[in-house]
Amino acid sequence: MTSTDLGLPTVHSGLDLVPTSDEPQNAKEYTSDQEVRWCPGCGDYAVLKAVQSFLPDLGLRRENIVFVSGIGCSSRFPYYLDTYGMHSIHGRAPSIATGIATSRPDLSVWVVTGDGDALSIGGNHLIHALRRNVNMTILLFNNRIYGLTKGQYSPTSEIGKVTKSTPVGSVDQPFNPVSLALGAEATFVARTVDSDRKHLTSVLSAAAAHRGTSLVEIYQNCPIFNDGAFDDLKGPDTKADAIIPLVHGEPITFGARDAETGMGNKALVRAAGGGVEIIETGAARPDQLMIHDAHNPDPTTAFAISRLTDAGVLHQSPIGIFRQVERPTYDDLARRQLTAAREESEAAPEDRLAALLGAGDSWTVL
Amino acid sequence: MPKQVQQLDRVVIRFAGDSGDGMQLTGDRFTQESAVFGNDLVTLPNFPAEIRAPQGTLPGVSSFQVHIADHDIMTPGDAPDVLVAMNPAALKANLGDLPKGAAVIVDTHDFTARNLQKAGYADSPLDEGPDGPLADYQVHALDLTGMTVEAVKEYGLSRKDAARAKNMFALGLVSWMYGRPTEPTTAFLERRFAKVPPIRDANIAAFTAGWSFGETTEAFVSSYEVRPAPMPPGTYRNITGNLALAYGIVAAGVRSGLPVFLGSYPITPASDILHELSKHKGFGVTTFQAEDEIAGIGAAIGAAFSGSLGVTTTSGPGIALKSESIGLAVALELPLLVIDVQRGGPSTGLPTKTEQADLLQAMYGRNGEAPVPIVAPQTPGDCFDAALEAARIAITYRTPVMLLSDGYLANGSEPWRIPEITELPAIDPAFATEPNHGTDGDRGFWPYLRDEQTLARPWAVPGTPGLEHRIGGLEKGEGHGNISYDPANHDLMVRTRQAKVDRVADSLPPLEVDDPSATEGQGAKVLVVGWGSTYGPSAAAIRQVRRAGYHVAQVHLRHLNPFPHDLGRIVRSYDKVLVPEMNLGQLSLLLRAKYLVDAVGFNVVRGLPIKATELAEVIGQLVADAEGVTVDLSATPDEEGIA
Repeated sequence: MTSTDLGLPTVHSGLDLVPTSDEPQNAKEYTSDQEVRWCPGCGDYAVLKAVQSFLPDLGLRRENIVFVSGIGCSSRFPYYLDTYGMHSIHGRAPSIATGIATSRPDLSVWVVTGDGDALSIGGNHLIHALRRNVNMTILLFNNRIYGLTKGQYSPTSEIGKVTKSTPVGSVDQPFNPVSLALGAEATFVARTVDSDRKHLTSVLSAAAAHRGTSLVEIYQNCPIFNDGAFDDLKGPDTKADAIIPLVHGEPITFGARDAETGMGNKALVRAAGGGVEIIETGAARPDQLMIHDAHNPDPTTAFAISRLTDAGVLHQSPIGIFRQVERPTYDDLARRQLTAAREESEAAPEDRLAALLGAGDSWTVL
Repeated sequence: MPKQVQQLDRVVIRFAGDSGDGMQLTGDRFTQESAVFGNDLVTLPNFPAEIRAPQGTLPGVSSFQVHIADHDIMTPGDAPDVLVAMNPAALKANLGDLPKGAAVIVDTHDFTARNLQKAGYADSPLDEGPDGPLADYQVHALDLTGMTVEAVKEYGLSRKDAARAKNMFALGLVSWMYGRPTEPTTAFLERRFAKVPPIRDANIAAFTAGWSFGETTEAFVSSYEVRPAPMPPGTYRNITGNLALAYGIVAAGVRSGLPVFLGSYPITPASDILHELSKHKGFGVTTFQAEDEIAGIGAAIGAAFSGSLGVTTTSGPGIALKSESIGLAVALELPLLVIDVQRGGPSTGLPTKTEQADLLQAMYGRNGEAPVPIVAPQTPGDCFDAALEAARIAITYRTPVMLLSDGYLANGSEPWRIPEITELPAIDPAFATEPNHGTDGDRGFWPYLRDEQTLARPWAVPGTPGLEHRIGGLEKGEGHGNISYDPANHDLMVRTRQAKVDRVADSLPPLEVDDPSATEGQGAKVLVVGWGSTYGPSAAAIRQVRRAGYHVAQVHLRHLNPFPHDLGRIVRSYDKVLVPEMNLGQLSLLLRAKYLVDAVGFNVVRGLPIKATELAEVIGQLVADAEGVTVDLSATPDEEGIA
């Protein structure tokens, strides 16, 4: 076997090849005529509103945007956006989106999925999309429960979770979606919360601009089957201690903010053994404070930070962009090979087909 | 004194050896030589699923059978006239297939105590006399390996590498025996081993030495000539089914103007289509080797949504995994080619052996009412036309189409007349570009507003302004395409999807019934109905029955779903309907269900093509029953001979 120098792509933004529109756009144009049918109070409404108001800001031609989803509550999402869309089958949206993105560089491709869809039945497609780095943005709505099938535990539910299918408590170890994505060598991994429109929008902007597969985990409340799962991250009295904000280039601190320095009273420092630990900010030497580096090509530290997420009931979680690095995308490289092959011959396709069929040993009967 | 040359009208040769002995290459080269010479030919490669099964054992035997003739032939031959056996296991595994009097060329080099034991021989069969297992054959026991090592010694190869050229020595000898042209193989070896001159030279030397040995040794008193077969004018090449299928897909891309997107996961015996298509990026063919079968079809569906000709290739186990996705494509009503190169099942089954047992899976293997058109090629070269026909149906009717090839068609080969590009059907994707609904001020796009004739829905691809729409696996409202749980709408949509597939039959030409006696006013009473690769054995068996003076008709189906309109009339107009299949009666079941005819099956599931002589006996029995006569085929030349 030989390897070939594939060259580096010359485009860097996820939207570089997508045609833009000169016309001003608004959220209404992105809203389809279909009645939204999520339960009252569902976190999905907030995400839909944020996406409908954020998409016009991209300035793309609306017909060049495609949303693909799988199965689950969140997967109804494409019906409510007036773009091209496909509501596919359970777990398979990343593979369908791979076909779309690879065959059409002029499309902005989005996947909407949930914790069951992406991490259970579709786990294989998720990790392979991430490792290939196909140019698409995956919004993973994580409510830590199966909603559409009415309340069974999901692959992100905590051990001990009592649900319809686990009356005496779940014994399943949950996935941490961010850790999983980092392990699959994803190039863009972020986490945000449904109720924080500003943060959600900023993460979506960065994800759309990223060339490659962007995974955005969105903590999303299910008021019917898992209400309050993220309350600590949202409560005015609790969120300062629950959210560990990740901002590239800044020290990672949380807890009560110091009015002068702006830093929280708890800080992340490197721990023996390669991990990360939390200490009192006041007890840390200035050079001990970890400065968040999302662009670090080595994912080790990002992974260590992701482990600060509670696997059980959620009292603490890092929020923000864990990792954002450049790596050639599968679709760019695949198209490059096609372009190179096309440039080898200027003959018409029919003539090249005739040459192909007639190649090799042949004989003529008169 | 020049040796005598005997004329033969046909011969069946089987090369057999260890799976590392290069028997597939040897058979393939002999085939190419014969093709260039102008014979008609049919081949049957047969190899184990293991890449290198334990050396010298029966499970490790690989063989390649080629049937060459000076006339039009239909099958690779029921039984070899000549067996080339490179070791004891190859002899043992193949001897049972030989008719009395067959020639056996044996490489004696590996007939050691250890190898004999591995093959299950207590004593060497070569040493046994008139009571031994070889008594009924013309045996040529030769140290092919020893002669090869001697012939290539000047190239300084290790003994092991030198011995590896023994297949070329054997090829040279058999090429001499049948007067094959040598230039194609010499040129092939020069290309193949261009980067390793000692190996190249040693292989050419072994090939030449094998030829010369035949010419000079007294072991062979004569050589044979099988003259070129008359064929319709044209330029020909030898082609396997998988190669023809890959070319058909490339041609479908060219003739439709669509980029081709193949999403596939490697699986025997379909992988060669993926390999071949990955070479044709210059035609705009993207090949995506997916993480699994489901992702392969998923990506193909995504590409189809985006305006490509989406294709997925697999074998039976892969179809099982893709079933839900095929159902999605049925609901989405997008063009998609699903290619199933069938192999022995159930489960992993017989990966390298052939079978036709996926027909009912293709028909019904999905949840809900999910009709899918099905087409099947009948010979290796026909895989090209079948791929184009599948693409025509998929694109015209906006539907997934199943193409059922099989392991025998995939790896077998035959001479193929290279078509002119202008002969090939042009396929119009007819993308939607304009709104199709509403009044002047409020024009919109309805994704499920259908063409009145075909019932196909419009194919509007992303990037088309004003036609933004959402499709999915939930039931769609007829016309507007929004989610609908309305009972009457569901009933309408289920029936409409079925009606759309049924309408494919409107586009089919009348079936060609081969019933020569009908024009003489004495039509046959027995009809043989087949599909797929049973075409060859059926046609050969029918020839034998007719040569014996009896009447039998044949019709062979390209389209399994929907059936052509005239099939019902045809099957009802015969007293007996026989359906030969490499399954337990799947087409029979469909014919019985649809037309209420008493179709009789001839069902063989040995992983190998049906033998024409066995089928001829079954046809003969039915003719006897139907016409009240005694049928005796024993005096008739066998199926492929000239009467």
